[in-house]
Amino acid sequence: MAFFALKNVTKTFGGLVAVKEVSYEIQPGQIAAMIGPNGAGKSTAFNLVTGLYVPTSGEIEFDEQTIGGKKPDFVCKLGIARTFQNIRLFAFMTAVENVMAGRHVRMGAMLWDSLLHTPKQRAEERRVREKALELLRFVKLERHADDYAHNLPYGFQRRLEIARALASDPKLLLLDEPAAGMNPREKEDLMGLIRAIRDRGTTVFLIEHDMGLVMNISERIAVLDHGEKIAEGTPVEIRANPRVIEAYLGKSA
Amino acid sequence: MLNWKKYRPIDWALVAIAVFMPFLPLVDHNGGHINVLVNAGIYMMLAIGLNIVVGFAGLLDLGYAAFFAIGSYTYAMVASPQFGLHFSFWPMVLISAFVAALFGVILGAPTLRLRGDYLAIVTLGFGEIVPQTFLNLAKYTGGPNGISAIDQPKLFGYHFGLNPLPYYYLVLVLIAFSLIVANNLRTSRLGRAWMAIREDEIAAAHMGINTTTAKLAAFSLGASFSGLSGVVNASLLTLVSPDQFKFNVSITVLSMLVLGGMGSLPGVVVGSALLSILNFFILPQASNLAATVGLHIDFTSYRFMLYGIILVAVMLFKPEGLWGSEQRKAELKESGDIAKAENAEYEEMPRETV
Repeated sequence: MAFFALKNVTKTFGGLVAVKEVSYEIQPGQIAAMIGPNGAGKSTAFNLVTGLYVPTSGEIEFDEQTIGGKKPDFVCKLGIARTFQNIRLFAFMTAVENVMAGRHVRMGAMLWDSLLHTPKQRAEERRVREKALELLRFVKLERHADDYAHNLPYGFQRRLEIARALASDPKLLLLDEPAAGMNPREKEDLMGLIRAIRDRGTTVFLIEHDMGLVMNISERIAVLDHGEKIAEGTPVEIRANPRVIEAYLGKSA
Repeated sequence: MLNWKKYRPIDWALVAIAVFMPFLPLVDHNGGHINVLVNAGIYMMLAIGLNIVVGFAGLLDLGYAAFFAIGSYTYAMVASPQFGLHFSFWPMVLISAFVAALFGVILGAPTLRLRGDYLAIVTLGFGEIVPQTFLNLAKYTGGPNGISAIDQPKLFGYHFGLNPLPYYYLVLVLIAFSLIVANNLRTSRLGRAWMAIREDEIAAAHMGINTTTAKLAAFSLGASFSGLSGVVNASLLTLVSPDQFKFNVSITVLSMLVLGGMGSLPGVVVGSALLSILNFFILPQASNLAATVGLHIDFTSYRFMLYGIILVAVMLFKPEGLWGSEQRKAELKESGDIAKAENAEYEEMPRETV
């Protein structure tokens, strides 16, 4: 079995085929991307991986297991974390609380510990807070640890979501349009951050509209159009692929 | 680690009142006043429990009185001539809390898939079903007459009897215990999971939080507090009957939360104290006072009108509650942003089942 693979995954909503027979394999340590015009089915593919949707057919493999149709909390526990296209932070929790919540799945406190604040629970809380602060430093948000997520500027919220996702020590990180709404300077920083995440040992799988960013950092790219994979390869191959150009720019007359 | 500067004078006033409470009976020998406070205490425990469900986890429960009934009846059945059983009071405090928690799981399991308004309606239904069940299981519960001659607690040979004073101290201890436990929960892994679910359930699930388990935990832990107060209630009145657990109890407790501030423990204490004092002291006193000048107005029958006025006033002038949490204050400030909320709802496609 592969580290991570979509195998002939199809998802239909009623009569609409959102994802059609898509296969895509990612090697550990890669930065892989999925691109495609609006409505191509990229976000649906992510939602299938993280368990928000159940595939109509096909299988998703991760880390020696099949995960298609498993619940989101189970998928997270296995080691897949994600961010969302339309930021979904816990708006009225502080930045550090957001990251600590992201650590939930790796914490061992049982009901009893939570009720009585046993020494074990207190030690764990301290460790988790420290780890959360360390992650905030990693995404350069340490100065905002005690601000509500809601009050952070947009670009900061995107980075906080990444920190929260990293808190569960994922083997695979899914980034859903991480550069959306960012200015060139922020995009530059984001690329550095994504590379740093990969260098920490986390495989990165991203969906992105921004061609510059994708071509710059990805090692492997799949192109989706109308729910189907029309191309896969290295950035150089993708750039030269006539079907990709057609999907993005339209057919020449 | 305490940050002393953070505390306002009014915080200290609340602490001072709390510290003074155990000494109150030394100053105030009026048994009627103590009785009022015991009743207020029973409601305070209910409010602390409901706050876990509604305030912490954000699950609107309109049938909380059902668990109060279950707690009360649990003790009544095993400590009265009904079945000739006379279990000791003290272990029953814990057992009733446990039984109420168990029913929290039983009633919660099928309902917690629902959200928001739907959950509220179903819990409302359960709140009606449970007293009805006690009413109709006349063979076991005494039907409309309920169960009477319930045992009162004994401690080291001392019989509680009809004197409210020992109950006063019992309730104080239980409230202190409840507050500590509730605060522990709030600042723990589970409390954070509840907060996350309240903020964004889908994101919470993607952080590895098993939302079903966490919500069930909130439901059953919240219910367990009403088990505690149910036992005290049953032994204090020596009588339980289905009409003690009507919808108005659920609404009264919920009003206490709204008045004080959902999710804020000091808010719960203040809200429940104020409404209880109004309910059990000011209104009866006002009626008496009116009677002395020859007016026969029963102010207690205007109770719910007053609740209504108070709630509307709170919503208008201090929507986060008299002692609301900072978090809720910030949240409400943003709630004018309706467009955004609608947008979020649109994105919230439910997870399908195969």
